[in-house]
Amino acid sequence: MNGPVILDRRSVLAGAGALIVSFSLRGASAQEQKPGQGPELPGSLAKFPYLDSWIRIDADGRITAFTGKAELGQGFRTAFQQIAAEQLDVAFEAVKMITADTKLTANEGYTSGSHSMQDSGTAILHAAAQARGLLVAEAARRLELPAETLRTENAAVVAPDGRRLGYGELVAADILHVQAQPTSPLKDPQNFKVMGQPVPRVDIPAKVTGGAAYVQDMRLPGMVHARVVRPPSYGAELVELDAAAVEKMPGVIRIVRDGNFLAVVAEKEFLAVKAMHALAAAAKWRESARLPNQNDLPNVLTKLPSQDFAIFSRNDSSVTGTRTIEATYTRPYQSHGSIGPSCAVAQFADGAMTVWTHTQGVYPDRQAIAEMLGMPQPSVRLIHVEGSGCYGHNGADDAAADAALIARALPGRPVRVQWMREQEHGWEPYGPAMVTRLSASLDAGGKIADWNFAVWSNTHSMRPGGAGALLAAQHMAKSFAVPAPKPLPLPEGGGDRNAIPIYNFPNAHVMHHFIAAMPLRISAMRALGAYHNVFSLESFMDELADLAGADPVEFRLKHLDDQRGRAVVEKAAEEFGWSRDRKAPPNRGHGFAFARYKNLAAYCAIASEVEVDRETGRARLVRAVAAVDAGQVVNPDGITNQIEGAIVQSASWTLYESVAFDDTRITSIDWQTYPILRFNAVPDSIKVHIINRPGQPFLGSGETGQGPAAASLANAIAHATGKRLRDLPISRKKIKDAIDA
Amino acid sequence: MITLKVNGQDHQVDADPDTPLLYVLRNDLELNAAKFGCGLGQCGSCTVIVDGKAVQSCVTPLVLLAGKQVTTLEGLGTLAAPAPIQRAFIEEQAAQCGYCIAGMMMRAQALLMRNPKPTDAQIRAELEPNLCRCGTHMRILRAVHRAARLMDTADAASDRSVR
Repeated sequence: MNGPVILDRRSVLAGAGALIVSFSLRGASAQEQKPGQGPELPGSLAKFPYLDSWIRIDADGRITAFTGKAELGQGFRTAFQQIAAEQLDVAFEAVKMITADTKLTANEGYTSGSHSMQDSGTAILHAAAQARGLLVAEAARRLELPAETLRTENAAVVAPDGRRLGYGELVAADILHVQAQPTSPLKDPQNFKVMGQPVPRVDIPAKVTGGAAYVQDMRLPGMVHARVVRPPSYGAELVELDAAAVEKMPGVIRIVRDGNFLAVVAEKEFLAVKAMHALAAAAKWRESARLPNQNDLPNVLTKLPSQDFAIFSRNDSSVTGTRTIEATYTRPYQSHGSIGPSCAVAQFADGAMTVWTHTQGVYPDRQAIAEMLGMPQPSVRLIHVEGSGCYGHNGADDAAADAALIARALPGRPVRVQWMREQEHGWEPYGPAMVTRLSASLDAGGKIADWNFAVWSNTHSMRPGGAGALLAAQHMAKSFAVPAPKPLPLPEGGGDRNAIPIYNFPNAHVMHHFIAAMPLRISAMRALGAYHNVFSLESFMDELADLAGADPVEFRLKHLDDQRGRAVVEKAAEEFGWSRDRKAPPNRGHGFAFARYKNLAAYCAIASEVEVDRETGRARLVRAVAAVDAGQVVNPDGITNQIEGAIVQSASWTLYESVAFDDTRITSIDWQTYPILRFNAVPDSIKVHIINRPGQPFLGSGETGQGPAAASLANAIAHATGKRLRDLPISRKKIKDAIDA
Repeated sequence: MITLKVNGQDHQVDADPDTPLLYVLRNDLELNAAKFGCGLGQCGSCTVIVDGKAVQSCVTPLVLLAGKQVTTLEGLGTLAAPAPIQRAFIEEQAAQCGYCIAGMMMRAQALLMRNPKPTDAQIRAELEPNLCRCGTHMRILRAVHRAARLMDTADAASDRSVR
């Protein structure tokens, strides 16, 4: 370095408007930033406008990109690294990614709703491009050359005469500690070298060679192991506990009891498990029968008090229907079913709590844990470490709270808590049960004249903040009440996500019946209400196509104006070899479905072939062909992986899955009682075709496949059997009964 | 003290004889690959190889392992020198969250050791006990096929390039 450089920031960003430079925030946490005036900044820059919240370059040339989102196995750590490397014009390997950590990264809320690319990816895209612009401008100043004559390559600005200034040399005086501008010098997608490439995931090598990759793999010096004894049922009260024998077990360090919260800490993990079983046997609980009748769930739900919202209304009295049909579709409670039970490590030292967790929201979970512990938020740090895939709000936040509550009782010692299988299955917040009622009429020409859609649902997010969202806080003696549920606002919605049709119907009315009472613990599960709403809507489209005597693909296109939507429908049909006569081999059927996730994110169309064993009723997805448009593609293999996974996971939900319970307890508490798809049901092939949209916004692909995959499969089963099944899951028994009926 | 042979090395382990192998591998030997998934032998994420056979380590007590050879994913290869099956899973990008993958790989490895050229149906049947929740199954199948080819290729060991 050649000594301090005085920068005239106006000249650096000539013509770009006033720059607000503040050094007083330097080192302060990123969540305290105030956006400037003027047009809204892209992605999460709108809330966190400082470039160095996203991109930092050290004087030694090290480049770090930051995201407040959490890698959950969806692969965006790699995608974000690609974005930063591309826009900075550096090698992929030159960028180090830091993910969700309340000490280091911006508060981007939850990693959910397929928002990571849209929010954080967009912020990194623009921050990296603007950082590169600032570096070029600074080089132009130093070299006394016009910026247009300079180019960047391999982390340096290069002049026509060959002089080079490395990024590290150029970053003096906090050059990146400036607020972002509304527009960025983005690279032309035609010149992309890293974005758009199937760059291999950075996390996979460690995961396939036994590297430490998960919070479960953490081993801190002096770490002890804890297990929680959860109540046997919702609302159970601990009325008697004789812990003396457990306390005397060699290696048991502590029994932690706070009201109905009960845990045991031991030097070794298996001892903690044994002590947990002994403690559970020594505890007496008072239980109450408070669960609804599982076999009458749709009636129970629709009879609960609801807040009713007319969320969409379109009227054209010039069009009237002649033939009307109606149908009711239902979805049971379904489990996230993470393969690895939730886990966390916490350490309480010098008045500060640190929690390593696979939460999807380090900041909201920190707020909740701080509230539970009665600690100021700045004294609590949450660091995201990967866990087993979660697909929404599983036990992650609860396990983090468990670890924190136990660690507080053992100052100085890191405490690792891992849930048992039956705890994950029995206590995770499920994907909510739902009911949809549809009716529609065809006009004389076989087009839909009017459309009515009503959905009954709980909220689809009971995530923290608010300590009351955490099991430990609910179970403590000074317990925190479960926060009142709220419907998630449109346009994204919750129970009503994708309830509004994307198709162009002259008359359409959509009602959202929001049910506040939650008979079972529920929260966000991949795609929220869109899974069931798209299953219902796209099943009903096939029922109407049947009534009209129309081909399902043509029938959809007849009602679809959205050009990008039409493109994925046509692509999936073409690649599948969809034919108007739908000629399938014996005992097989073809099905089709389409949705644009949330009506504003990625487009996805899926054609499926299913085989049905008429003797047993067993259905298997044989092949699926998907077409997806997620905007500008960053990593095509990442998108393909997400869509393949969505198709298989959705097939599992759709064919097999239902949380079981009696009047008191959850009874689906392991993989025997909650079966999911195994290899004997894996398709022969899945093909994913991506329609890239260079230069268009990122749309996020993580959840777009869930609904179309379900409806496509259901439609294929209806085609194969001639029977329409409307109650999820479409189980072997239901298919067999329908065939025999 | 119990003597346990893991990845070719003897280890003196101070654990009760009823301790499941999984806890010893993860905590006493600090090996990460085998994962706790259910503790019930229902999901396969803890799968390791014992004397050539795929075994669920979460339900295999230490006392049954005297004199046996335990192999974990760490014993097959390393980041710098990955085994064919590890190369295959990287090359096929056969993971999402990856939590189940080590168990999948060990079960597949046991199959490939006794049947170097399995059919697709044989691979599917072999992997039946192992659960994946992300829906990575298609890639896992491709990776096992690729591993079989890599093991079959004479120069598999010399060509260590991983993309």
